[in-house]
Amino acid sequence: MSEYRIQGATGEWEVVIGLEVHAQVTSNAKLFSGAATAFGAEPNTQVSLVDAAMPGMLPVPNMECIRQAVRTGMAIDAQINKWSRFDRKNYFYADLPQGYQISQLYHPLVGEGAIEISLDEKNPDGPTKSIGVERIHVEQDAGKLMHDQHPTRSYVDLNRSGVALMEIVSRPDMRSPAEAGAYLRKLRAILRYVGSCDGNMEEGSMRADVNVSVRKVGDEFGTRTETKNVNSVRFVMAAIEYEAKRQVAVLEDGGKIVQETRLFNVESGTTRSMRSKEDAHDYRYFPDPDLLPLELTDAFLDECRASLPELPDAKRRRYEALGLTAYNAGVLTAEVDTARWFDGLLDALEGSQAKPAQAANWVAAELFGALNRLGKDITESPVSPTQAAELLALVADGTLSGSLSKQVFEIMLETGDGPSKIVEERGLKQTSDTGAIEAVIAEVLEKNPNQLGQYRAGKEALFGFFVGQTMKAMGGKANPAVVNDLLKKALAG
Amino acid sequence: MTDLTTLGIAAIRDGVRDGQFKAREVAEAFNAKVAGADALNAFLVKTPEHALAAADAADAARAAGETLKPLAGVPIGMKDLFATNGVATTAASKILEGFVPPYESTVSQNLWNAGAGMLGKLNLDQFAMGSSNETSAFGNVISPWRRPNDTAPLAPGGSSGGSSTAVAAGLAPGATGTDTGGSIRQPAAFTGISGIKPTYGRCSRWGTIAFASSLDQAGPMARDVRDCAIMLEAMAGFDVKDATSLKLDVPNWEAALSADLKGKKVGVPKEYRVDGMPAEIEALWQQGIDWLRDAGAEIVEVSLPHTKYALPAYYIIAPAEASSNLARYDGVRYGLRDLPEGAGLQDMYAATRAAGFGDEVKRRILIGTYVLSAGFYDAYYTQAQKVRTLIARDFERAFESCDVLLTPTAPSAAFALGEKQADPLAMYLNDVFTVPASLAGLPAMSVPGGLDKDGLPLGLQIIGKALDEQGVLNAGLALEQRAGFTARPQAWW
Repeated sequence: MSEYRIQGATGEWEVVIGLEVHAQVTSNAKLFSGAATAFGAEPNTQVSLVDAAMPGMLPVPNMECIRQAVRTGMAIDAQINKWSRFDRKNYFYADLPQGYQISQLYHPLVGEGAIEISLDEKNPDGPTKSIGVERIHVEQDAGKLMHDQHPTRSYVDLNRSGVALMEIVSRPDMRSPAEAGAYLRKLRAILRYVGSCDGNMEEGSMRADVNVSVRKVGDEFGTRTETKNVNSVRFVMAAIEYEAKRQVAVLEDGGKIVQETRLFNVESGTTRSMRSKEDAHDYRYFPDPDLLPLELTDAFLDECRASLPELPDAKRRRYEALGLTAYNAGVLTAEVDTARWFDGLLDALEGSQAKPAQAANWVAAELFGALNRLGKDITESPVSPTQAAELLALVADGTLSGSLSKQVFEIMLETGDGPSKIVEERGLKQTSDTGAIEAVIAEVLEKNPNQLGQYRAGKEALFGFFVGQTMKAMGGKANPAVVNDLLKKALAG
Repeated sequence: MTDLTTLGIAAIRDGVRDGQFKAREVAEAFNAKVAGADALNAFLVKTPEHALAAADAADAARAAGETLKPLAGVPIGMKDLFATNGVATTAASKILEGFVPPYESTVSQNLWNAGAGMLGKLNLDQFAMGSSNETSAFGNVISPWRRPNDTAPLAPGGSSGGSSTAVAAGLAPGATGTDTGGSIRQPAAFTGISGIKPTYGRCSRWGTIAFASSLDQAGPMARDVRDCAIMLEAMAGFDVKDATSLKLDVPNWEAALSADLKGKKVGVPKEYRVDGMPAEIEALWQQGIDWLRDAGAEIVEVSLPHTKYALPAYYIIAPAEASSNLARYDGVRYGLRDLPEGAGLQDMYAATRAAGFGDEVKRRILIGTYVLSAGFYDAYYTQAQKVRTLIARDFERAFESCDVLLTPTAPSAAFALGEKQADPLAMYLNDVFTVPASLAGLPAMSVPGGLDKDGLPLGLQIIGKALDEQGVLNAGLALEQRAGFTARPQAWW
């Protein structure tokens, strides 16, 4: 990743990026009510009296949501605040039944932390950069307005109202769209490892507010704009690129950047102004008097820490220590589902002759290729880690040749059967039986007297021809090394 | 045969238990009283069938030889701030006119579980904001008390004015109240009955329409101290649905009632001798001191140096919370919706809230919005919270040298309706003695001490340590026994 610069008429500009990521907490119930949180349910079927803000209803914190946010904080080595508090952010909107969002402004649950990104994602051992995370706080999501149900009216779906979100606020530490993309992907990987958010941007489980400003290299920070609710890594990168260029153009035209909220248009890849600072709400934040301060015990924090899984960077280093290439280690740890699958494979390989590095190569080449072809992700793989381990073991102990193993793998994908069964039933076992191979070789030599004569006359390039004929006659099941050995002897006469 | 409506809660409970009369007779007698008292405008909804059903259940239980529930056969009035399942609940506001909750508040449910029945929903100051019951959208409650030879309607106090009137006029042996800055104690004092606000957190706030969440507490209003103890036992208790509810068992306050104050110290806070306090109030206070000394207590002078800041702090904190709590009344989901022709969302909010809220409610929403706004928050809200901390500390220090505090409940007897309506500040001054205990979350009660020169009741206030309702009730009982207050309003309605 070389330094990202925007070439303006007046020289080079640097872009400064900070991201506020809203991540839906994985939990069966909402942040302050017992209502369910499943995605895609019929409108207004997952709404409690609390979520609809009926008179006299009160919020009660769901400690599972708090636990997930704390675990997330721990995963980025952040400070966990044992004392935090909920504040009300007051504004009127039809998707906000209470007339305020319960959030944490003054005393967030999680303080300063950091996320390390690779500046060259092809080489995870290459240069990295630490992106500061200022805070993580928990807050309620709002409902959803539906404008397409009636010609003149808008409908409100409160299913999301009250769902727990983590707001993960980065420092303005990123300097290019690529860095922002790397940060988002890394953050998403961590959330999925921890299990605190499914990271599904299409379903809105994760979305980003993108803060962008530009400056001449070495200058103070410029005025920033905030592009709201961008819901894919690609769009975030596109929004930054557009917004940075727009700002440079405005500044070079002698204009000023207005601090404002903007919206990203997916179709055009552009941003447009939504409201300026002058129109900004005065949210009148104050501590929510319905809730006591959140005080976390050491036992609670200990449990959170103990329940953390091995995280991507640690796992990648462990894989490298097992002999994997840095690239493979990076690829296999980038997504938690892949890493889980590969960990399962490593477990199943215990005691076999197959090496982790071979297994990694096989996953990267054969399995990923097959899944790609089938349009499935790894959680839907027709082949289980145990079956894959069996296949790799059969290759390692010489039972299957490379080409036989490919055949067997294809059959595994089609049938879901284990490799031993396939080898057994279809007689695909590679043979090293010298007697059987010698008999076939004798036959091949007999059938091809011309070639034999030429070979013996010095045309040694014909060796490959005899190997091919022998393998063909053996149905591909002969051990190639044994065939080579025996052929050489037979040809020598 | 005795008029059953002259009986209090304990007498009804014991009479039903002992078979002196049927619970149904009691319910019928009170239903009749309620039906004949429309001139007082104490009831917003009458529910005679609810009272009869509870009475019949009590009679059936007795006939079956079962142990009767603690409030079996006792009909009560329910302040219309408590949500009652299937019964209109309005907080005396147009904005909730016609709202029928599909849920029951914890406090009312606790009372029904204890065997009580409901005579009806009681009028109040709109959203419990007021000290005279003149802010109800459904007309003033008229005190049953009158000055001699004067038919001018008097204020029953507020905000629990329907409750105070119902009990004082013999329409109910007891009623629920809520107290944010004195809304149980001041109306109790104005009408010659007893009422206690327990420690903040004793009674669940779930299902009670919120005014100021950090201050709101439910409590009973009844004819004497014992009846208050009985009713409070039924109302109080931990509730998982209220995060500020105290996880404590409910003591058996009635059983531990004792008017013997030997070994107890009663503090008299010198700062409560405010300028311009009527001589009659001063004299009653002194009388109260003598009574408690007579009961065996030692009297000590104490200082609560920040008392004079309590009222201003209260009138920042309570409106601030109210401005946010009342944001949910927006015309979107329930209650009043005023949608002018061609209006958009913001217009609907404005029209609905303009039409739905009364002047006093609007005034407090405006004050609250102002003190929370950017640039004013620290000067008002933060400062008021600091004052609140100092007030609580004042009490803690005072309680190092005494067990309970004795003060007047209100700076005057009941005033005429309309007398203070034009001057909100004069009205707010009514709370000067009751607000400090509310800010500190302490239990406090008013018991009748005597009559003023016009024959109108005056109350004495006992303030106790956190969770020491028993100490408060016992001192109240000592006062009650010595005051011998038997005056009742002459029925003119």
